[in-house]
Amino acid sequence: MSKFILLRILQAIPTLLVIATLTFFMTRMAPGGPFDSEKNIPAEIKAKLESHFGLDRPLHEQYFLYLQNLLHGDLGPSFKYMGWEVSELIAKAFPVSAQLGLLSLGIALLLGLPTGIVAALRKNSKYDYLLMTIAMIGICLPTFVLGPLLILIFSSWLGWLPPLGWYSLSDMFLPSLTLGLFYAAYIARLTRAGMLETLNQDYIRTARAKGASPIRVISRHALKGGLLPVVTFLGPAFAGLISGSFIIESIFFIPGLGKFFVTAAFNRDYTMVLGTVLFYACLIIILNLIVDVIQATLDPRSRNL
Amino acid sequence: MSIESAKAKELVSENPGESSLWGDAWIRLRANRLATVSLFFFVLITVITIIGPEIFSLEYDQQDLDNTFSAPNSSHFFGTDNLGRDLFARVLHGGRISLAVGFLATAVSLVIGVAYGTMSGYLGGKTDALLMRIVDILYSLPFTIFVILLMVLFGRNFILLFIAIGAVEWLTMARITRAQTLSLKKAEFIEAARALGYSHYRIVARHILPNLLGPVIVYATLTVPAVMLLEAVLSFLGLGVQAPMSSWGSLIKEGSEKMDIAPWLILFPGIFFSLTLLSLNFLGDGLRDALDPKSAKE
Amino acid sequence: MSSCTAPNNVEQALGDKTLHFGLGAEPQYLDPHLASSVSAHNVIIALIEGLVSEDPKTLKPVPGVAERWEISEDGLVYTFHFRKNAKWSNGDSVTANDFVYSYRRILNPNLASQYASMLHGLKNARKYHREGTSWEDANVGVVAINEHTLQLTLENPTPYFLELLNHYSWFPAHPPTIEKFDAFAKQGTSWTRPGNYVGNGPFVLSDHKVNSVIEVTKNPNYWDADTVSLNKIRFYPIESADTEERAFRSGFLHLTQTVSPDRIDYLKENYPDLIHFESYLGTYFYRFNLDKAPFDDVRVRLAFNLATDRKAIVEKVTKGGQTPAVCFTPPETGGFTPKARFKFDPDKAKALLQEYLNDKGLNSLPKIELKYNTSEGHKKVAEALQGMWKENLGVEIQLLNMEWKVFLSTIAKRDFSIARAGWIGDYVDANTFLHMWRTEDGHNNTGWSNARYDELLDLAAKESNATRRFSLFDECEKLLSEHAPILPIYFYVHVTLRSPTVKGWHPTLLDHHPYKYVRLLKGKE
Repeated sequence: MSKFILLRILQAIPTLLVIATLTFFMTRMAPGGPFDSEKNIPAEIKAKLESHFGLDRPLHEQYFLYLQNLLHGDLGPSFKYMGWEVSELIAKAFPVSAQLGLLSLGIALLLGLPTGIVAALRKNSKYDYLLMTIAMIGICLPTFVLGPLLILIFSSWLGWLPPLGWYSLSDMFLPSLTLGLFYAAYIARLTRAGMLETLNQDYIRTARAKGASPIRVISRHALKGGLLPVVTFLGPAFAGLISGSFIIESIFFIPGLGKFFVTAAFNRDYTMVLGTVLFYACLIIILNLIVDVIQATLDPRSRNL
Repeated sequence: MSIESAKAKELVSENPGESSLWGDAWIRLRANRLATVSLFFFVLITVITIIGPEIFSLEYDQQDLDNTFSAPNSSHFFGTDNLGRDLFARVLHGGRISLAVGFLATAVSLVIGVAYGTMSGYLGGKTDALLMRIVDILYSLPFTIFVILLMVLFGRNFILLFIAIGAVEWLTMARITRAQTLSLKKAEFIEAARALGYSHYRIVARHILPNLLGPVIVYATLTVPAVMLLEAVLSFLGLGVQAPMSSWGSLIKEGSEKMDIAPWLILFPGIFFSLTLLSLNFLGDGLRDALDPKSAKE
Repeated sequence: MSSCTAPNNVEQALGDKTLHFGLGAEPQYLDPHLASSVSAHNVIIALIEGLVSEDPKTLKPVPGVAERWEISEDGLVYTFHFRKNAKWSNGDSVTANDFVYSYRRILNPNLASQYASMLHGLKNARKYHREGTSWEDANVGVVAINEHTLQLTLENPTPYFLELLNHYSWFPAHPPTIEKFDAFAKQGTSWTRPGNYVGNGPFVLSDHKVNSVIEVTKNPNYWDADTVSLNKIRFYPIESADTEERAFRSGFLHLTQTVSPDRIDYLKENYPDLIHFESYLGTYFYRFNLDKAPFDDVRVRLAFNLATDRKAIVEKVTKGGQTPAVCFTPPETGGFTPKARFKFDPDKAKALLQEYLNDKGLNSLPKIELKYNTSEGHKKVAEALQGMWKENLGVEIQLLNMEWKVFLSTIAKRDFSIARAGWIGDYVDANTFLHMWRTEDGHNNTGWSNARYDELLDLAAKESNATRRFSLFDECEKLLSEHAPILPIYFYVHVTLRSPTVKGWHPTLLDHHPYKYVRLLKGKE
C-alpha cells in the first residue's frame, strides 16, 4: 500500500509540471495584460510597472523564474489585489470553499444516501420511480436557478435566512443547501445503482439462503457495495465542488477560491491564475489518491487495476 | 480449406454483437416505457427546434421596445423579453444552439475518445500503459477550470467552445472503450480472425468497433446533457454565445435574474432545458439496461 | 420586507451606527497615489482628507486640512494655512512637508501612478514626471513655507483648481509609514493593510478581507471627530447587481452601487421611495476609428450620428431617466452648457450615406463590427442601436462583446471600427471632458486630430474670464459636432437603492458623499 501511495506521489510531480507549463503559456498568450488600464498611462510609465513585476523579461526567463520560486513555495504577488501575496489569498479563500464543499457534501449524503437505499430496496415500486424522478430533476436543475429561487423564498419573502455572505453560521445554510441538493440527486442514483448491483450478487443470495436477516444483509454486504460507487464519486465530486463553486460564490457573495480564480482569469492576474490552478490540481490529485485507497480497502478486487 | 480455418471462419461470421444483440436490445428498450417516452420526447423537441422557426416564421432578434416584458399572449406565445423580443422564437433558436453544442461536443469527445481508447486497448502492452498514464495525468486537470480559462482568455469563438467542451469529456470515453477493447481482444472470434490473417485494420473496423457501440452510445447519450449543463455554466459567467443569439443556458441565466418580474422568461426555457436533459438521461439509462443483459435481469 | 427573526443590518445599524455600503468591486489599491477607480475613491475618502474638503450638497470646496487659503492676483499662487489640530491617526501632526513628500511621490515616474497627470497643473510637474528632470532641478511648484503653511504654484490660472484638490491623487500619505514599508517608489507593498494604514481622515482601516468586506472605524484623532456620527462603515465589494439588490431588499445593505437596468421599471413601481435617480457627471458614447474605412469619411460618421434616436434609447432601453446627449460635455458642468448640436434626422442620415456610397461606387456598406465590454446594460444599448441603424441606414452591424481587459487592449491598439465608451468627469469643469480629444491625449484613441481644437483648449487653459472660457469650450463642441469622431448617446444618471434611514446623503454630480455628515435615523431628519 505504501509503495502504491509513493508511486502516485511521484507521478504527481510531472503532472503538476505539465499543468503549470500549460497554464503559464496559455495565460501569457491571451490578449490583454494585468496593467491595461482605462486611464491610459503613458507607455514608459506602464513599462516601468511591468518591469517592476518582471513582466518585461523574455517569456522563457519568466517561466523558469516562476518555477524556481514555486520550489520555494512562493506563488508570487497578486497583480489585481495589490499588496497581497497569492499564497495568503489562497490560504484565506480555500477554507471558505472547503467549508462550503464539506457542508454541501454533508447535506448531499444526508439526503441522497437514504433516498438511494430506500429506492433500491423498493425497486420498481412507485416510491422508487418517484424518488428517482425527483433525483433526476435535481440533476437537471442548474444551481444558478435553484440558488436565486431559494433566496427569493427563504430570504426575500419569508425573511428567515440572510441572502448572502459568509460571515455567520446562518449565512452558510442556503448556499450549502443549493449545492447539496444538486449532489444529493447524483448520490441517490449512484447508491441505488450500486446497491442493486450488489444485492444481485451471488454471495448475497447465499447469505439470504443461509437465513441471514435482511437488515444484516443490507448493512453488512449491500451497503458496502452501494457505497463503493458513491466513494468513487466523492473524490471528484469534492474537487468539483471546490472548483465549480464559483456560481454559488457569485450568487451568494462568498469569498471562496472559485471567485478568486474567475476574477483572476478575467483580470489577467497571471500569478493568481497559476496559483489557483496548481492548487486545484494538487487537491484533485490528493483526493483521487484518498479515494483510490478507500476503494482498494473496500473492494480488494479493484487493486489490480 | 482446412478444418481449422473453416471453424475459424464460422466463428468470425457468427461473432456476437451483430443482429441478435441489436434486435434484443430494441425489444428491451421498447418495453421500458420511460425510455420510450423519453426517446419520443427528445426527438419531438429536436424536430421542433430545427424546423419550428421556419414553420412559424419567427424572428428571434426582432426588437419591440414598446412591448418589453409582456406576459404570454396570442401574438407572443411565451411572452417577450427585456427588448421586446419574442420568447417562443428565442427558445426555439436557443434550442438549436444548445442541442448543436451538445451533439457536436459529444461527437468530438466520442471521436477522440473512441480512437484513443481502441488504439490503446488493441495495441496493449507498453503503449497501452503509456497512453493510459497520460489519461490518468489529464484526469488530474481541473477541467472546468481549463474550459473557463480557455474561454476567458481567447474569447467567444463558437468552434473553440465545441472543442473545449469536447476535450473535457473524451477521457471517460477513452477509458470505457479501452476496457471494452481489452476484454474483446481475448474473445475467441478475434483470435480466429487473427488466425485467418485478417489485417488489424479489418479486425478493428469490422469486429471491435461494432461491439463497442453499445457502451459508447450509452455514454454519449449521457454526455450530451452534461455538455449542455456545462454550456449553461459558461453562459452564467458570460462566456456563452454572443448576443443577439441565445442558448437555453443564456436564456435561463437572463430569466433567473428577473424571476420576480417576468417568471415566464425562466419558465419556458427552463422547461425545455430540463425536459431535454431528463429525457436524455432516462433514454441513456434505458439504453444501458437494454444493451446490458445482466443489469436488465432485475 | 423585514422579518420576525434576528434584526437585519439596517435595523441593527440604528443602534450600532454602522453603515453598510455596496462597493460594487474590490478596489485594486487603497493607496491614494495609485488608486484609479470609483470603489477605491469610496474607501479612501473615509481614510484620508486633503487640503480642502467638499460641501455635502454642492461639492464646493470647504476647509479640510487647510482652514483658510489665499489666491494670488494672477491666480497662479495658492497659499494654504493648516489648522493646528490636523492629525494623522497615530497622533502625528499633519504638516506641509507631508504634502511636499506626497506630491513628489505621486509624480515620481518610478511609482508608475495612473493618475499622476492630474498634478500636471503644478508648475514644472511635467518636467519632473515625464521629462526626466530631477526633483531638485525641476523646481516643482510645491513649497512648505513652514510646518503649517503650504504654497502651490500653477502653470496656468485654473478656476477649478480648488475642486481638483478633492481628487484623491492630491491627497497626502503619511511619510513615516511610506518609508517604513519602502513604498515611496514601489507598488504592491503592505502599508495599506489594516494595522499599518495611517490616514488623517474621519475613519481608520480596521479590517480588510479581500472579496468579502472592508471595514473602517471612527478615528478619534480626526480634527472634526465631533461631527462624525457613524461608528463604522462596512464596504461590501458585491459585483453582481442582482446580488446587491437582493442584499438591499433583505436589509443587508443601506446603499447599493448600482441597479440593473431591466429592474428599474419594477422597482420604480413597487419601491418608489427607495430607488434614486441622480445626475452623474458623465457621458456614454461610442468611439469611431478614423483610420479604418468607412469611418475615415466624415459623412459616414455624421450619418450614424443622425440615425441615432437618443430619446428612444433613454426612454425605452436605459430607462433610468438619463438625458439624451446632444453634445459631449454634460449640461451645467461648472456653469457651462454647450449648444445642442447632435440631432436625430434619419432622412438626412440616409441622404448623407447615399452620397458616400455613390462616391465610392458601392451598393451598401460592408458589415461593421461594434465592440463593447461585457455587461447587460451595454448589450442592451448596442442591440437597440444595431436595430436602429439597420432600419434607418440599412447597415448590418455585428456585435462583439469581450471582457474588460481585452476590451481595453483592443481600444489601445485601435483594433475596432466602432466601440462603446464612457467617461466620468474627474472634477466639475468641461476641461475634464474636452481634453480627451486633443491630438496627443492618451484618451483620444480615435485618430482624430484637429489643430484648431488643440489651440482652443490651450487658450481656454490660460483664460480666467468664465464667459470667454465657455465660448471657447462651445467652439470645441462645435468642432466635435462637425467632425464627429464620436457618437454621444446619453448623460449618465446614477441609479441606486438607498434606505430611508440614511440621512445627510445628498445627490451630487460626482457622486461624492463625505461620510462625516451621514447619520442613521428612523423617520424624518
